[in-house]
Amino acid sequence: MSLRLPRDARIWQIAFQAILLAVGVLVRDFSLAASQMALCFAAGLATQALWIRALGLRNVGYLSAVITCLGLSLLLRADSLWVHPLAAAIALSAKFTLRLRGKHLFNPAMLGVIVAVLMLPGAWISPGQWGSDLALAVWFLALGGFVASRAQRADTSWVFLAAYLVLIGLWYLWLGKSFASWMHHLQSGALLLFAFFMISDPMTTPDRRSARILHAVCVAAVAFAWQFLLYKPNGLVWALFFCVPLVPLLDAVLPGRRFRWREPAEPAATIARKDSWSTAR
Amino acid sequence: MKAIIAALALALCAGQAQAFCGFFVGKADADLFNDASKVVLVRDGNRTTINMLNDYKGPLKEFAMVVPVPVVLQKQDVKTPFRALFERIDAYSAPRLAEYYDHDPCVPADLAPTAAMSMLRDRAAAPVAKPRPESLGVKVEAQYTVGPYDIVILSASQSDGLETWLRQNGYRIPRGAAKVLGPYIKQNMKFFVARVNLEEHAKSGDQYLPPLQFSFATEKFMLPIRLGMINARGPQDLVLWVLTRNGRVESTNYRTLKLPANLNVPPYIKADKEHGFGAFYKSLFDEQAKRESLRAVFTEYFWDMSWCDPCAADPLSAQELKNLGADWVSGDTRQGARVMLTRLHVRYTPETFPEDLAFQETADRQNFQTRYVLQHPAKIEPESCAAAAPYLKSVLERKEKEAQTLASLTGWDIAAIRVKNGLGPNDAAFWQRVWRRLREGEQQISK
Repeated sequence: MSLRLPRDARIWQIAFQAILLAVGVLVRDFSLAASQMALCFAAGLATQALWIRALGLRNVGYLSAVITCLGLSLLLRADSLWVHPLAAAIALSAKFTLRLRGKHLFNPAMLGVIVAVLMLPGAWISPGQWGSDLALAVWFLALGGFVASRAQRADTSWVFLAAYLVLIGLWYLWLGKSFASWMHHLQSGALLLFAFFMISDPMTTPDRRSARILHAVCVAAVAFAWQFLLYKPNGLVWALFFCVPLVPLLDAVLPGRRFRWREPAEPAATIARKDSWSTAR
Repeated sequence: MKAIIAALALALCAGQAQAFCGFFVGKADADLFNDASKVVLVRDGNRTTINMLNDYKGPLKEFAMVVPVPVVLQKQDVKTPFRALFERIDAYSAPRLAEYYDHDPCVPADLAPTAAMSMLRDRAAAPVAKPRPESLGVKVEAQYTVGPYDIVILSASQSDGLETWLRQNGYRIPRGAAKVLGPYIKQNMKFFVARVNLEEHAKSGDQYLPPLQFSFATEKFMLPIRLGMINARGPQDLVLWVLTRNGRVESTNYRTLKLPANLNVPPYIKADKEHGFGAFYKSLFDEQAKRESLRAVFTEYFWDMSWCDPCAADPLSAQELKNLGADWVSGDTRQGARVMLTRLHVRYTPETFPEDLAFQETADRQNFQTRYVLQHPAKIEPESCAAAAPYLKSVLERKEKEAQTLASLTGWDIAAIRVKNGLGPNDAAFWQRVWRRLREGEQQISK
């Protein structure tokens, strides 16, 4: 008897992100209210529904919107109720409006967080919220989710993690810092979450493998510089944001096969109004 | 007199609908956490001011402090503010006990906490041979006396050289110092080294050493704690007050948690000799720190400094805030510039905090205080009225809940707590009692 696994990798991603969120809220004491989460999901899904209707899209579902809302709940902290839903609405609207060559430019959760932190009062990111003592469990969960999802962009995650940790390792080696202080970064729940669930998003990374590797190394280098040379917090999310222009550039120079969450059952032309929308995440 | 105070409290309550109303019951010993380091950190943009209070108790001529700083500090960057400022900010932000009476207008209560500060404070008594700074790669960038302190700002090119220089100059530097100094030197940081000028100190006539305050501009929003761990025996405590303009401050490289607060605890801890509020708060912190394996930074207080509710002590005046380094304050803080105070409490070991503490100012403005509530039951007999019996039953349930809360917060023995809280030692939970009663009924029927 064989177990039938869901084909869409996003189902797995949702399952594991939901577990991480539950662990965070119940065990890690995240300062996140249930009402903030509920409003985030309500606004996110409503925004997705509105855009699907407005644009008359047929091959676009709600899985990605759920992932965005999970990501926002995991990352964004606020001292009011309206920040999360507004960030979700902005993030998902940007997915339908800020597009180039058939791909949306910004990872929606990343954009939601950046816009909230920059423009909305009372919004922030807590990079230390995972602590380092649960690192093993987070590694296990992240890896489990990652492997199970058979994500096609595993290369991005591994290259990014390797590049980032090597950069910190070299820097610490030069400074003469202890191995334990390097390990402290390896154990960061925020880093693992970013590597496995954010930068690996196939819709906002370059199409060709070599381009993806370049992109991942660039994000790692910018994050490192931001955090260790400029001494600013939240280097990971900012680095991904700063490297956004790199993706269309790399796609133009090193074109590759466009990613699809599901291979369409019918010819693409008949199911999508515009070809580009069949890849909308 | 009591009636007047109660009336005053009532009037205040009426004025502030959501506000806390309560009386302070007393103060916990400020030395609750022995050997805790006390630091007030002021951050405004890149401008950073660090105030450090020494609770040094050894011979003054052996006292020394070494702090890595990002730039060469000039004499005008270094000050010795009044020691009382630390007492003021400690009292204002202290964990507090609030007291209420059933069926009575609420009545406030208080209590206070904690703590003290240290750095590298070993200095050999015997002066040794004259140093040759250049040959050791050490440069004396500045040298001056501020208050009772002789201060030297050093830059170094190699950690061994710096360690040697400090030794030669009579500082008893612990083994392994070079290893910890190394990364700071590589990042081109300078070293602020202070020792006591015995003559100046004698002239001042003060019994205690004043705090040291130094200001500089830096991108790094951090506090060096690794240096102070070199000669640490066991876990160390740090109580840190951070003054900022906008929001709550939290660590970016460690978990920052709010301590469990706003909980009802048995009223006896107000005056209990053995398990009073001081002992309660100390045990609570011990227990919570242990639960987090000494890997977390705890928030004890976060408030806009223009007010408090309840006030463990009056908010600091504009002048006091300025004296601590909050330069942006002008005039009365109630109308003028905003000053947010975050009080953090960390218990760490070299293993659990492998890196210096790094911080960020968040946009969070939700007030938080470690406040614990005493609820006194009304003194009535079961026969007093029809409502008395159900009320007394609810009081028993409440007492059990208070006992469980206290046991869970502090790790104290629940049987002893129950007895002190007027319950039997083995009072079971509500559902357990229901279950027992059902079983008893069943047995009677079967008989």
